[in-house]
Amino acid sequence: MNKASTEILLIGGSAGSISVLLEIIPYLDKALSFPVIIILHRKAHPESNLSDLLKFHSSLPVAEVEDKTSLSPGYIYLAPADYHLLLETKSLAALDSSEKVNYSRPSIDVSFQSAAVIFKQHTTALLLSGANADGMEGLLTIASYGGTVLVQDPVSAEFGYMPRQTLLNLEADAVLKPAQMATFINGLHKKEQP
Amino acid sequence: MIEPDIIKDEEMEMLLRDIAELYDYDFTQYTRSSLRRRLNRICMLDKFTSFAELRYRITKDATYLTRFIEEVTVNVTEMFRDPGFYKTLRDHILPTLGTHPFIRVWIAGCSTGEEAYSVAILLKEAGLYHKSLIYATDINPGVIEKASRGIFQAGPIKQYSENYMLSGGKQDFSSYYMSRYDMVKFDEALSEKMIFSTHNLVSDSSFNEFQLILCRNVMIYFDKDLQGKVLKLFDDSLQSLGWLALGSKETLRHSAIEPRYKQWQGEKIWRKTS
Repeated sequence: MNKASTEILLIGGSAGSISVLLEIIPYLDKALSFPVIIILHRKAHPESNLSDLLKFHSSLPVAEVEDKTSLSPGYIYLAPADYHLLLETKSLAALDSSEKVNYSRPSIDVSFQSAAVIFKQHTTALLLSGANADGMEGLLTIASYGGTVLVQDPVSAEFGYMPRQTLLNLEADAVLKPAQMATFINGLHKKEQP
Repeated sequence: MIEPDIIKDEEMEMLLRDIAELYDYDFTQYTRSSLRRRLNRICMLDKFTSFAELRYRITKDATYLTRFIEEVTVNVTEMFRDPGFYKTLRDHILPTLGTHPFIRVWIAGCSTGEEAYSVAILLKEAGLYHKSLIYATDINPGVIEKASRGIFQAGPIKQYSENYMLSGGKQDFSSYYMSRYDMVKFDEALSEKMIFSTHNLVSDSSFNEFQLILCRNVMIYFDKDLQGKVLKLFDDSLQSLGWLALGSKETLRHSAIEPRYKQWQGEKIWRKTS
C-alpha cells in the first residue's frame, strides 16, 4: 500500500459496531498523530451514554463534538446524536441539523464526504458492521480523492450487509477483522512518504 | 448524483459576495461545510449541471432568490425537540417569568413554527399565555408564511406527542389539534398571541425587550465572529434577569457576553444577571 500519510481517521458503524469499537479503542496508540472521529448510528432519545462507555474503555481522551470543536491529534471525537458532523477545516468540526441522510442523523456518508473535501488524499476511513447502506457513498468519495479505505471483513461482522455491499462496489485498501484493526490503525501514522 | 466537490471554494466565495452585494442577504459568515452541502443540494433539486449555472441564475433572476433562500437555509425542526430542555423550561424557567406582568418571548430562527407552538402549549399549561406574546422570526419568508398557518404534516405527530409527554405534558396532546387527511391544524387559541415576522440575524437590529429568547440550532451555521455579533444582539434584546436558550450542542462559553450570564444547572439555558 503506497498511500499518502493519514491526517484524520473516521470510523463509521451501525448495527453491531459498538462491540467492534470496544475491541479497537483500548489498544489504540496514545501518540496517534491524527484525530479519530467516530460516527455511529444511534437513537436521539433518550440521550445515550455512548461517550461515557467509550471513555471507560479508552486510554485516549474522548469528547463528544459540540458546535465548532477544535480537533487535536490523539483525541477520539464522537458525533453527537441527532446532528450531522462536518469538517469545516482540518482542525475544526462543525455540526449541522439538516435532513436525515439514509434515514440517519448523524449520517456516515455525510461525515466521510465532508472529510474527503477537506483532507483529500490524507483521509482514512473505516466502515464497520451495519444493516443499511450508509457509508458506502462516503467511502467512494474518499477513494476518489485517493484516500485510504478500510472495511470490516463481512464474515466477522454481526451485520455483514453494510461491509459486504461496500466491497461489491469498491476496492478497499484493506479488509480487516476486529482483532487486526488497532494494529493497522497504529501503523497508519508511520506511513509517511519520504 | 452530483459530486460533493462540484463546488469549488473560490466559486462559493464569489457567489456569496454576489448575493451580499445584489441582495439583502449576507451568507459570507456562515460555516462553509454546511453551505457547501446546501448549495450542492440546490444544484441537485433544481437540476443545475454546474455551479456556474446556479450563480448565473441567482445574479440574473431576482425572483429565484426566494427559492434560493428557502433551500439554502436549514428548516429541519420538530415540536418539543430535546424534551429534557422543554421540561426544564416548564419546571424552572416559566415559573420565574410568571411574576412579570407581561411576558415577551422571542423565537429567533423559528423555521416552520413547531417551536413557537411548543412554547405556546407550555405557557398555556402554566396559566401564563393570556399575558404573553411570542415573536417568531426567521430569515426565510416562505417558512414564516407556513408557520403562521399552524398546519403541519401528520406524519411526525406521534413523535411530537411522545416528546410532549417526556417534557412533562399531562394533557392529551391530540386535544391541541384537529386531524384532517395527512395534515393537522393546531388550535387557533395557541396562535392568538403569536407574531410572525421575517428577521435577519445577520443584518437586522433589536426590535423589543424580551424575558425569554430561544435560538436553537441556528448559530451552529455561523462562524465565531457572526456568533459573537448575534449574541450581542440577544444581549441587547434581553431584559435583566431574562433567559437565553440555545441548542443542545451550542454554548455561550468564551463569548464576550458570558460574564453577564449564569448557566442554569448545566442546561443550555443562561440567565442574564445584570
